[in-house]
Amino acid sequence: MAWPSTRSPGAGRPEREYEKVAAPKKGRNASAQSRPGRSLALILIAIAALTGGMFASGQTTPRLGIDLAGGTSITLTAQNEPGQPNAINKTNMDTAVDIMNRRVNGLGVSEAEVQTQGSDNIIVNIPRGTNSKQAREQVGTTAKLYFRPVLATDVSGGKASATPSPSASSSSSATTGDKATSSSSSSATPSASATTQGRVVSDALKAGSSPSASSTPSTSASASSSAAPSASAGTDPAAAKLQAQYATLDCTNKAVRAKAGTGAKSTDPTVACGQDKNSSGQWQKYILGPAEVAGTDVKKSGAVFDTQTGAGWKVTMDFTSGGSKKFAAITGKLAQNQPPQNQFAIVLDGQVVSDPSVAQSLSGSAEISGSFTQTEAQDLANMLNYGALPLTFHESSVTTVTAALGGEQLHAGLIAGAIGLALVIIYLVIYYRGLSIIAIASLGVSAILTYVLMALLGPAIGFALNLPAVCGAIVAIGITADSFIVFFERIRDEIREGRTLRPAVERAWPRARRTILVSDFVSFLAAAVLFIVTVGKVQGFAFTLGLTTVLDVVVVFFFTKPLMTILARKKFFAEGHSWSGLDPKRLGAKPPLRRTRRASAPVDTKEA
Amino acid sequence: MSKLGTLGARLHRGEIGYDFVGKRKIWYGISILITITAILGLTVRGLNMGIEFQGGAVFTTTTKSQVSVTQAETFAQEASGHDAVVQKLGNGGLRIQIAGIDTDKSDAIKEKLATDLKMNPEKINADLVGPSWGDQIANKAWEGLAIFMVLVVIYLAIAFEWRMAIAALVALIHDITITVGIYALVGFEVTPGTVIGLLTILGYSLYDTVVVFDSLKEQTKGITKQTRWTYSDVADRSINSTLVRSINTTVVALLPVAGLLFIGGGVLGAGMLNDISLSLFVGLAAGAYSSIFIATPLVADLKEREPEMKALRKRVLAKRAQAAATGESLEPETSEPSYDDFEDATPAVVGPRNQPASRSRGRGRPSGKRR
Repeated sequence: MAWPSTRSPGAGRPEREYEKVAAPKKGRNASAQSRPGRSLALILIAIAALTGGMFASGQTTPRLGIDLAGGTSITLTAQNEPGQPNAINKTNMDTAVDIMNRRVNGLGVSEAEVQTQGSDNIIVNIPRGTNSKQAREQVGTTAKLYFRPVLATDVSGGKASATPSPSASSSSSATTGDKATSSSSSSATPSASATTQGRVVSDALKAGSSPSASSTPSTSASASSSAAPSASAGTDPAAAKLQAQYATLDCTNKAVRAKAGTGAKSTDPTVACGQDKNSSGQWQKYILGPAEVAGTDVKKSGAVFDTQTGAGWKVTMDFTSGGSKKFAAITGKLAQNQPPQNQFAIVLDGQVVSDPSVAQSLSGSAEISGSFTQTEAQDLANMLNYGALPLTFHESSVTTVTAALGGEQLHAGLIAGAIGLALVIIYLVIYYRGLSIIAIASLGVSAILTYVLMALLGPAIGFALNLPAVCGAIVAIGITADSFIVFFERIRDEIREGRTLRPAVERAWPRARRTILVSDFVSFLAAAVLFIVTVGKVQGFAFTLGLTTVLDVVVVFFFTKPLMTILARKKFFAEGHSWSGLDPKRLGAKPPLRRTRRASAPVDTKEA
Repeated sequence: MSKLGTLGARLHRGEIGYDFVGKRKIWYGISILITITAILGLTVRGLNMGIEFQGGAVFTTTTKSQVSVTQAETFAQEASGHDAVVQKLGNGGLRIQIAGIDTDKSDAIKEKLATDLKMNPEKINADLVGPSWGDQIANKAWEGLAIFMVLVVIYLAIAFEWRMAIAALVALIHDITITVGIYALVGFEVTPGTVIGLLTILGYSLYDTVVVFDSLKEQTKGITKQTRWTYSDVADRSINSTLVRSINTTVVALLPVAGLLFIGGGVLGAGMLNDISLSLFVGLAAGAYSSIFIATPLVADLKEREPEMKALRKRVLAKRAQAAATGESLEPETSEPSYDDFEDATPAVVGPRNQPASRSRGRGRPSGKRR
């Protein structure tokens, strides 16, 4: 949209220059000799520079889209949760992209790309060679964030032997599997607290406003007995099953971890894994109670640097009024428990992202402090925000293209392009004969520029050549060739009026130039509007169309016209050789017409 | 070439020419007829919306399969529980379309199909579309169309004038209606590729129209200063003089599209290339027609309502009547040089070259008449 304003001065300038130059008739020839060479040199240098840049960057082929290279492309469309009409905005979408990136790359698909498209779509492109099904499952499920009370927790996997206390607790929790739900669980908990000791301190959650953070020891000590009733509520077969799951859960195994707690309802207790951020990335496993607070109850979360207490980075949470009540209730209950049952887990997509302990009943706003780094704090805040995103995503389209079909489509596109180009060239040669040399050279320059730019734009702006883009480029052959046709027809018209070639070219150019600019502008406008408004495949098409339209203008101005001026001096064209395509006789320039002109010529010179 | 070349020359000189503006009523009539047929087709038959607009899945196999089309149809119906449409592709593969299935169920269906067809499920291409995705594409396309039309009308109104903007808009709507109508009548499947093609017509159709308008604008500068030609006459000549270009442009534009259509239809059997090129092909043809037969005559019609142009027409007709009264022989003699004058005079107004104007002044024509 910035195009008209940038172009119009550009369009105006050469015109004025031309006027200055052209008004004295003798000056025109002199300047016309110096200008075409310069323009030609300019564009050739530009091509050389771009090509050099292309080879320097090592990106010698355009990046191919999923439909040409093979792979899976998933389009997710955001939907507002009921009652949240304005949830689809840039911030929310960006947060969602972050989360999805985290999920997809958690699969080890490093090349997968996640990006927003349009206002409410997220495109996930997964290249071939990765398990597209798994990736789809990861991306397609709706992310849910819950606050669940921790019933039991334990270090999971082989790394456990690194520290003495976890090994002790893992044996205790394995044996006390049943006890965790029974009334005697208080004996099990102290041993477990050893493992989480560090975190209990570091993740200590306190009220944002209240100064009574120091009251932690007294409340937690008195609460040991009350832990039992809350936990024993689930003494039934389901709980036993959960215990069995918990006992066998190995969080260091990626596949197991991905499945942990899948399908669990938010109202049921579940098992989950979480990675300990503070101590060397250990995996921790949890039994978690029913979700007490949903992620949607968080109004806003942010990472702040605490300058007052020097506690470093911390994460603040603001709850909605409903969430505030729920959060107060659960923190009130949890604060009376023994560790680890005074902790709650923040569970995103079935994985525990944080498990702060609670010192007292909290409401309204809360903060999680600990030895966070800035990124950690921001990540956690983002995740909390994501839970608060009143968005659900559903798969709008999933395209899986095998490498074979992708290659075939690319091949077909290239053949179609070659056929199209060949047909156009044949037509131009038959119709314009010698002139077609200029047209073909210009088409060639245009093609080189398009290719180089596409290759460069791959890494630069993430442009990927897909099938519609190939179509756009092929269709653009017509638009590019049309500029030459406009110009050539103008020249021929001038010759028909009896002019010799060189003045004919100079006269034809300003008129052809305006026509080319006006019509290319309309074409560019269409491409720009399509690019901005539409989504998906249409966008790739619009982009190529816009790019080639701009290149068309560049090529006509800096290549076709100068080349024409130079060739107009050549005998072959200037004398109107019958194969030059500019033969006055063939064009039907009428002798009587020329006679009148010659008769008027003396008048002309006299006045000039 | 030489034939076309001479044709071009004769068109250029106005020796021959088709009376586009004069016979506009016929073309308006034809266009209205086509448009009505298109709208009727649209309302009665409706568009054959592709799977992308209904939601569903398209599975494509690339390797040759021993399974026949009917067998594959049965397999697909068993696997999905929905009706399936199976096509054989040019390369021996199969294209299986199942409408109305959910995106989450598709994996199971794909695997079932793979076992039935004895293929590796990773070798089957799947295109799964949720029911609202097509709507979204279509809605965005309509939105784009609307924004584009508004912008183009504004742009053309500034670059040319509002009458031309309106005429271009009418021509554009005309092209789109015809293309959509043909899709409805023939029953081609409408896919996102079709929408892309349709949207490209926007640019292309106007591109053609704009070139004719540009010539028209140039030739009608200072038209009120002479009494030989009415606006319609000049409009007619500008169409005729750009006719060769219009034909060339259309041919050159259609050639690559034809290449696409051939490859898309002939080699790949179906798919994006085919869809885009088909709608482009139809739209380009309609666009070329409308820029010549609809847009410019419409501008002439609108222009002739202007009081200035009415006055001009009166003067011109009066002069012609006078010339007819004084003698028939006068007309042919004067017509040729004066035509030449007029041609020369136009650039004098437009461009920087003042020589021709001064020359004709030298020839004794009162210059005040022209400018």
